[in-house]
Amino acid sequence: MGTPGEGLGRCSHALIRGVPESLASGEGAGAGLPALDLAKAQREHGVLGGKLRQRLGLQLLELPPEESLPLGPLLGDTAVIQGDTALITRPWSPARRPEVTPGGAGGHPRLQGRSGVRMSRARSSRPKVDGVRKALQDLGLRIVEMADENATLDGTDVLFTGREFFVGLSKWTNHRGAEIVADTFRDFAVSTVPVSSPCHLRSFCGMGGPRTVVAGSSDAAQKAVRAMAVLTDHPYASLTLPDDAAADCLFLRPGLPGVLPFLLHRGGGDLPNSQEALQKLSDVTLVPVSCSELEKAGAGLSSLCLVLSTRPHS
Amino acid sequence: MTTEVGSASEVKKESDQLGADATKEKPKEAAENQQNQSSDLEEEKDSQSSPSAKSQSSTQRQKRQKDPSESRGISRFIPPWLKKQKSYNLVVAKDGGDKREPTQAVVEEQVLDKEESLPEEERQAKGDAEEAAQRKQQVIKVDIEEEKPSVSSPETQPAEEVRKEEREEEKVKEIQEDKSEEAAKRETKEVQTNELNAEKAVQKATKKTKSVQCKVTLLDGTEYSCDLEKRAKGQVLFDKVCEHLNLLEKDYFGLSFQESPEQKNWLDPAKQIKRQLRNLPWLFTFNVKFYPPDPSQLTEDITRYFLCLQLRQDIASGRLPCSFVTHALLGSYTLQAELGDYDPEEHASHDLSDFQFAPSQTKELEEKVVELHKTHRGLSPAQADSQFLENAKRLSMYGVDLHHAKDSEGVDIKLGVCANGLLIYKDRLRINRFAWPKILKISYKRSNFYIKVRPAELEQFESTIGFKLPNHRAAKRLWKVCVEHHTFYRLVSPEQPPKAKFLTLGSKFRYSGRTQAQTRQASTLIDRPAPHFERTSSKRASRILDGALVGVVDQSLTKDSPGPGEVSAYGRGVVSTAIVQDGDGRRDLRSPTKAPHVHLIEGKKNSLRVEGDNIYVRHSNLMLEDLDKAQEDILKHQASISELKRNFMESTPEPRPNEWEKRRITPLSLQIQGRKGDHLFKDILSMTEKHQMAATRTVEEKAQAADKKRAPESEGPCAGASDAVKSSHETLNVVEEKKQAEVGKDERVITEEMNGKELSPGSGPGDIRKVEPLTQKDSTSLSSESSSSSESEEEDVGEYRPHHRVTEGTIKEEQEEDEEEVEEEPSQASQVVEREAAVPEASPDRHAGASVSAVETVTQEHVVALNIPAEKSVHEGAFKQDVSEDTEDEQHKVNGEVSHVDIDVLPQIICCSEPPVVKTEMVTISDASQRTEISTKEVPIVQTETKTITYESPQIDGGAAGDSGTLLTAQTITSDSVSTTTTTHITKTIKGGISETRIEKRIVITGDTDIDHDQALAQAIREAREQHPDMSVTRVVVHKETELDEGEE
Repeated sequence: MGTPGEGLGRCSHALIRGVPESLASGEGAGAGLPALDLAKAQREHGVLGGKLRQRLGLQLLELPPEESLPLGPLLGDTAVIQGDTALITRPWSPARRPEVTPGGAGGHPRLQGRSGVRMSRARSSRPKVDGVRKALQDLGLRIVEMADENATLDGTDVLFTGREFFVGLSKWTNHRGAEIVADTFRDFAVSTVPVSSPCHLRSFCGMGGPRTVVAGSSDAAQKAVRAMAVLTDHPYASLTLPDDAAADCLFLRPGLPGVLPFLLHRGGGDLPNSQEALQKLSDVTLVPVSCSELEKAGAGLSSLCLVLSTRPHS
Repeated sequence: MTTEVGSASEVKKESDQLGADATKEKPKEAAENQQNQSSDLEEEKDSQSSPSAKSQSSTQRQKRQKDPSESRGISRFIPPWLKKQKSYNLVVAKDGGDKREPTQAVVEEQVLDKEESLPEEERQAKGDAEEAAQRKQQVIKVDIEEEKPSVSSPETQPAEEVRKEEREEEKVKEIQEDKSEEAAKRETKEVQTNELNAEKAVQKATKKTKSVQCKVTLLDGTEYSCDLEKRAKGQVLFDKVCEHLNLLEKDYFGLSFQESPEQKNWLDPAKQIKRQLRNLPWLFTFNVKFYPPDPSQLTEDITRYFLCLQLRQDIASGRLPCSFVTHALLGSYTLQAELGDYDPEEHASHDLSDFQFAPSQTKELEEKVVELHKTHRGLSPAQADSQFLENAKRLSMYGVDLHHAKDSEGVDIKLGVCANGLLIYKDRLRINRFAWPKILKISYKRSNFYIKVRPAELEQFESTIGFKLPNHRAAKRLWKVCVEHHTFYRLVSPEQPPKAKFLTLGSKFRYSGRTQAQTRQASTLIDRPAPHFERTSSKRASRILDGALVGVVDQSLTKDSPGPGEVSAYGRGVVSTAIVQDGDGRRDLRSPTKAPHVHLIEGKKNSLRVEGDNIYVRHSNLMLEDLDKAQEDILKHQASISELKRNFMESTPEPRPNEWEKRRITPLSLQIQGRKGDHLFKDILSMTEKHQMAATRTVEEKAQAADKKRAPESEGPCAGASDAVKSSHETLNVVEEKKQAEVGKDERVITEEMNGKELSPGSGPGDIRKVEPLTQKDSTSLSSESSSSSESEEEDVGEYRPHHRVTEGTIKEEQEEDEEEVEEEPSQASQVVEREAAVPEASPDRHAGASVSAVETVTQEHVVALNIPAEKSVHEGAFKQDVSEDTEDEQHKVNGEVSHVDIDVLPQIICCSEPPVVKTEMVTISDASQRTEISTKEVPIVQTETKTITYESPQIDGGAAGDSGTLLTAQTITSDSVSTTTTTHITKTIKGGISETRIEKRIVITGDTDIDHDQALAQAIREAREQHPDMSVTRVVVHKETELDEGEE
């Protein structure tokens, strides 16, 4: 288990999934999302992968884009990983279930309009949808499934602080889903945090360090932070950033001795207002990346990659 | 043989006066005891003494009748008193021998005694001689006593008794039928049982040890058994067990007993085991009660070892949930500690299924355990234990005591009590959390558990959040656990710091052990070589790698510190910062989150709703004002307290060995005193100067009237009375506190009195007084509150409702344990006594009486007070109005007052109301009118017997009603001698041009049986007269408290 907080950000591998054309070609627009510049989105995605691999020194596994899964790149929603355990989620949007359906069962192409945010249509008749699961399994993680039909959970509604979990009860995640998180990660307190805005918990808060919660300045973000303050047994400092999206950052510790941990965050090109505040974070190396185009599809740093350590207990 | 003579005569009387019931009972007993003839005798006494309790009430009734004839002029009351005291005892004794009732309560008691007598019988031979001697004594005593009752009024007795008996039976039946109120029923029964015990004990002048065998299941699964004296307190057993275990850091541990498969109770060390167990077998388990947040701070390995054992149990049973990996890791440390280094050959022979690493253990887990075990090579058992604990302590449910409950919407939740506060879980999810600093008050009422929490950031009022527990006992258990956890983890010492003395308000139950801070300090003094102990299965110690174990940084300790510094670094410009922190109340204010599932109610509104509107409507001026002030005070108070706490949490306390030793000793000595002080007498004498105006007469009349009125009420179910007792106790505490304040700060008191108004807010203890609407003189003002509660309670008795009494504002502990600690008994007792006296039309004098008893409570000894009852009160008027209102409202009002005080006091207040435990008798003799009022009410008795006899002088003319004079001086003098403590309180007031000096003396006579209390009392009165020849004695209140022996044969 390690020292509390120490487990936060421990990683050796990162997992991403390429951006399919289907993300930009109509589904998003049909759902009222601004049209996406596919090339730009893919470029952003490529840069992200490069930083993970080169700047942070992680083993990068990149799953190929899957046209049937336009939101496939947002694989952070599909799994919650802590230690050697990966909980495969059950996304609220039925359209995204194929992303987590083993072997592609149930992955019939369907037109979805319910979410309004992440509408998509799967095109491929034989999607390779078990990519994430299989990849995690191959990396030696214990895979835990959410069997409960009543549970919904998006991975980006889960914040792991190194000592405990907070699960945002949002539009996408319900109590039952949160309960399964608690059941899966029994060592940790799992608290529920009501999320009032139409976003995921992680879209406005993250960890800036083992003891630091970073949050946006929106009401929803501040409310959530206060809720967490009540619920926690542990002391965290809280850093408020002007932009909610800036708080969706990743604290990563690839485990190289003597090397500062990294904070992967949205750069000045995306969110110039928050850069100064981010500089306040000490003891981390800031690694700015951009994903303003992918953001239009609802993506954030926490959803674009999964990080894990294959030797979490060593 | 004397013994036989004694019992024979008793039997005879029994058959004479009792019908078939008694004879039916008898053969049964005989059959049960035929195996051991000598035990038969014992048994007999048991059963006989039991009924005597029943007869107590009838005795009292008789007494009331008798007393008129007995009352004498006040000029003679001193010598007569001595006589009377005796005759009272006689009656009791005789009744005891006379009567037997086959009520359920009696039967229960018999069974109980039988069980307990078994071990005794085994040792019978040994103790025979001794026993015989004791019995002889006893019999002699009985004989003496029996002569006198015949003097008083023997003829009336049988009839009275029969009548009483019938009533009792009816009562019992009534109770049995009342299935809907199970808790109430239970309480009532307990109460009766206790009455029996107490009464039985009263007959026994001598002590005799009777022992019972206890079995304690230890953490390693072995059983420890020992013999204990039947009346031993929990502490005795606990100490024995710890001694057996060679455990010094024992404050983290406790003994528990299983009330039902799912209900585990902690044995209260301060109370008698027997009373806590009732008729459960004497089986206990030794458990960790307070999980140290940082086990590495424990001083001794052996302590850590026991903690490990407890945690292994917790893990195996599923109480402490872990992930697979953690199960494996902890299991591997267990193996390392118990088996030493991994040894392929040896382990091949080990069946790992002997170990339980998880609730459901798989082969996969065992393999993982072994795999990890291999990596621990070189760790000593102690190191392995430490590693085990370092990992276990981080588990989210470590040290969390879960209680099933429902929220206000009926949703199943769990309440987790832990070092940091109260956690609310739904399923496995934490949905809310209340850190201790955030909780203002914890209470329970029936099966409801309430917490009152500090207003959140933007809120104005406190919220009260209610939870529904499965039953009353569960609610109480949760309440107690909260009290204990809060005290242990958050307070520096269990006793109230001077500033926070009001903490005692409203609650009798307190954690009596050391706090964590104290036990840590104590641990630093441990100076012994590490004791050798054998781990369950460790046959060999593994090699120790020196320095291999790196100390694990305890982060929990530093948790409070990081916030501010870091934050200030960020806090500028667009960047705003907030601290997310749990430790501190004020910071918590920033986080107003409410869990969706928890019902929040605004504080004041809620109390209105819960308590009935009348109270606040009627007393709104008074109450609301007080409330506001109280809140101010709270804030101030809390500020200082949380400051304290933070200091405490953040810094290791400096070693103050003497300090904790002292604290440690104090409760113990009290316990001891309680145990061996068989007879405590409280005697109160009152003297008044002649020109003093007091309304004694009126009072008497009123009292009489009230008595008549009360007569039927007194037959009400015991539980009704018990309610009264509980509530009155609450109030009593208040009074007690005030009294202390007064004594300590005469100057301020004077100022206050002069103003005739409340103190300005924030002036500390005195604030409470503002609760009272009018000016009163020192002790008088105190008493007003207590008697007010008394009044309401009094009425409540008539109107009995099982648990009605608790208003939200005041929290009371509902004590279903039948007795309280000895220290507490007197307070209850005295309070009750006053209540008896305090008729609805409460009169000033009664107030005075109440105040006296309050003082008695403080001293917890015998008191003789010379009291000048010059108090009349505006206040009184208020009460009278109230009196006409219904009982409920009265009660609310009273409770409301108490609750203010509560609020004033501390964030974490704990109030409680207790069921009846005390039997009291009030005898009032007024020389002037030659009228005697004896009001009695039987409230179940527990450990102490309390008698209060008040003598009032005829000289007092009743005109006092109205205004209080101007207080000139007030002084308190205390002097001690060997067996008596005299506290003299002199008050000078000017009223209408007449100066009046009141001297109130409280003489506390403490002692064992050897002391002649009567003598001592007479002496005290004589001395008082000699000292103040120019004054007259206007009031003598004799308050006698006897700790009853029980469990003797």
